[in-house]
Amino acid sequence: MYPFNLMNTSLLLSGGGVEVGVHYYWDIAGISLHGQVFIVMWFVIILLLGAAILGTAKLDRIPEGWQNFMESVIEFTSDIAKNQLGESFYRPWVPFISTLFLFIFGCNWAGAVIPWKLIELPEGELAAPTNDINTTVALSLLVSIFYFYGGLRKKGLGYFKRYIQPTPILLPINILEDFTKPLSLSFRLFGNVLADELTVTVLTILVPLIVPLPIMGLGIFAGSVQALIFSTLAAAYIAEAVE
Amino acid sequence: MDSIISAASVIAAGLSIGLAAIGPGIGQGQAAGAAVEGIARQPEAENQIRGTLLLSLAFMEALTIYGLVVALSLLFANPFTS
Repeated sequence: MYPFNLMNTSLLLSGGGVEVGVHYYWDIAGISLHGQVFIVMWFVIILLLGAAILGTAKLDRIPEGWQNFMESVIEFTSDIAKNQLGESFYRPWVPFISTLFLFIFGCNWAGAVIPWKLIELPEGELAAPTNDINTTVALSLLVSIFYFYGGLRKKGLGYFKRYIQPTPILLPINILEDFTKPLSLSFRLFGNVLADELTVTVLTILVPLIVPLPIMGLGIFAGSVQALIFSTLAAAYIAEAVE
Repeated sequence: MDSIISAASVIAAGLSIGLAAIGPGIGQGQAAGAAVEGIARQPEAENQIRGTLLLSLAFMEALTIYGLVVALSLLFANPFTS
């Protein structure tokens, strides 16, 4: 499937090379899973769960410490949903949008901030889970399922009327849109995260000190912006279906 | 692997990212210019303009990223080499 490793064939080999499409496979019940993705993903999930439990363990009328922090986080993420879905519809979608934002944000930052390369795996390397196309495709298919669910629950079968609006001539384009939405969502996130990691790796091979630092900073910034974009777009697609 | 195929893949990868960078570059320049103009005219709206600008810049950047995805799949997961 992945026939060659680009940097292995070049002069850049001295620093270890760039690995794309090399995975640490787990064979479970005849299905091979990308283990390195799961390890980092579980780490992120435990981190988020820990923050949530710490934030809700001792609820006070006047918030302090973790509760204060988590409340401001949730306020930020529910603002994303509110801006797209509008004041009267947004409440039921806050958990989904917030989860998407926090999970992608956690994944991107886990890849950018934590020095995973110190931990050796038999094959492949630990990195942001979002640099595997399977993760981002799963997330964007979830978004697709949810906007269909939202539209169908709101309007019943009348939801499909929007395919022939404004004119029935646009039917193929409207159907095509359902496929391009998850495609562009997943490729955007995957490409951005992978591009950041590749740039940092190539620069580190060329100049190991100081020079990659600004690009790493850019990677941290881009990671948070991409999480924001993904959740904003998810909310916008749901709003389009629900309205 | 066939050397013609690998040469063509490498050239295509370079072209795909290079060509994909042209349009979004122009678009991002125009958007940033318009945002600067807006801030100069109305400095109190700076925060709102910055938020909208970042969001739309990320949308334009996505187009280049599509080119990058094509380039990466040509380099690392080329379907024509097996």
